[in-house]
Amino acid sequence: MIKLNLPVHSIAHARAGDKGDVSNISLIAYLDSGWPIIEKLATKEKVLEIFKHMGATRVDRYKLPNLRALNFVIHSALGGGVNSSLRLDRHGKTLSSHLLHELIIPISKDLLPINSPYLEKFKD
Amino acid sequence: MQKKVFIGCGAGFSGDRFDASIPIVNEFKNISEPKYLMFEVLAERTLAIAQQYRIKNPDEGYSPFLDSYIKPIIDVCLQHNIKIISNIGAANPLGAAKRILEIAKEQKTKKPKIGVVVGDDLLEYMTNKEILESPTMEGLDFSNNQITAANVYLGAKPIAEALSKEADIVVVGRTVDSALALGPLIYEYNWKNEDQHLLGSGTICGHLLECGAQVTGAYFADPGFKDVPNLAKVGFPIAEFYQDGSFVITKPKDTGGLVSKATITEQLLYETHDPSNYLVPDVTADMSELILEDNGKNRILVKGGKGKKAPQKLKATICCDNGFMGEAEISYAGPNALARAKLAGEVISERIQILGLQGKLRVEIIGGGSVHFSMDEASSYELPNDGDYRVRTSAIYPKRYQAQQMVDEVMSLYCCGPAAGGGGRGYVTPQSSTASILVSRETVNPNVQVKIL
Repeated sequence: MIKLNLPVHSIAHARAGDKGDVSNISLIAYLDSGWPIIEKLATKEKVLEIFKHMGATRVDRYKLPNLRALNFVIHSALGGGVNSSLRLDRHGKTLSSHLLHELIIPISKDLLPINSPYLEKFKD
Repeated sequence: MQKKVFIGCGAGFSGDRFDASIPIVNEFKNISEPKYLMFEVLAERTLAIAQQYRIKNPDEGYSPFLDSYIKPIIDVCLQHNIKIISNIGAANPLGAAKRILEIAKEQKTKKPKIGVVVGDDLLEYMTNKEILESPTMEGLDFSNNQITAANVYLGAKPIAEALSKEADIVVVGRTVDSALALGPLIYEYNWKNEDQHLLGSGTICGHLLECGAQVTGAYFADPGFKDVPNLAKVGFPIAEFYQDGSFVITKPKDTGGLVSKATITEQLLYETHDPSNYLVPDVTADMSELILEDNGKNRILVKGGKGKKAPQKLKATICCDNGFMGEAEISYAGPNALARAKLAGEVISERIQILGLQGKLRVEIIGGGSVHFSMDEASSYELPNDGDYRVRTSAIYPKRYQAQQMVDEVMSLYCCGPAAGGGGRGYVTPQSSTASILVSRETVNPNVQVKIL
């Protein structure tokens, strides 16, 4: 089956939270079939690389297989945190979208949720 | 049959929708089991601001939105025995309670019994020196600054104590958010310290409720991928808690939003670090083996919450003034807009140097991935040169006039910058920095009191 390199947004959703200068971002597979893929490919090394330009120094990764979820704890990623940061998004609320956009994985059509807009990419 | 307890959450942050609790209250009118309405309205920074108000006027320093949250529902809550639990007290829980009594009088409701928890304000019983010498978990070195607020996160037991004294309304200041739900559960089920799994489950329930609609479909919608019906009328959450520690998360009838495994999972991990060790004063909650089950439309059953021994020390947040932030923006659109926006950013950077303003200046291009990249970082988005871009600059300086100088420089781009810049805006805001420290229970516990008004 054909595989395309797509953002992880095609098979998972995410939410970011902040505590001090630490951002945490969940990554949750829509389907059971997506869980082994994110578990294998969404490594803490990859995530560190994605947030390095923001100052990230370390990533811890926690697994919740029952919930098809990973939780990334990204240290020093918030420019000092909500009370010191110079960024427009002081909480780093939008960082979940950055992870969903920047983590690229090979995906076959059968892994997409029903009616996924990404199905368009597999036409012709 | 298992005893059920209902807990609704009417606000998830200071300034959340003021009418959100009304559908919850309407639903609760027809429920005979114990029912509670919590309002979580106290962010870390809010407290430092509230302290300043209290210093100026000892009657103030509670949530500025108290009237907006309490007025619409106090009468119905008192009539139907819906108990209200909130950290609306901020820096002045006693002042908040007095204001609630005034509101009750104005509305001619029956006179409520109000439980007030005090003792979270470390400045009342620790010296600056003792606070600064406490072990720091995170944050800045404060030794050269004046502390403006220092508050320890209290647990759920004082709330349970207030309820055991028949309070209709419990007002607290700094208390861990999830305790607004755990307090009622400890009281209703008479949980003891050794009931760790139950305390853990109650904490997880409180954690899911504490951000209001973030568990019922708000902060979730991604059209085409994650659709949420009727977001404008999103229903705020209700937990239906069972004696065995399991609970259902749902929302009031005829409201918008969505309760699904996906909405629950996103909120579960929101602001969570290690899911096996979620620390609150009453327990170390463990959500790593949680199981979610469908339980009807917009109803998810949550099972398998666990708990371990509570952490030895308590976390406190300290705040101090930290200079002034200047922020300013100006727009460029149409042909070659990106190049003009970038030139504007470069001009500001150079002007700041000429003026001799020390400190880091951040330049972002709004429309070009500004929340993920500064102007000098290579954006991963492919940006067309023609478009609609807005330059934003920001910097923090010790003095207000310095921040204003930076803002003024952006405004002078009107006449001195690249072609056709418009829509300039700028403002200066005082900054408050925070740090987290650990304090011993022996220092805090003797100062925690429950007063009944």
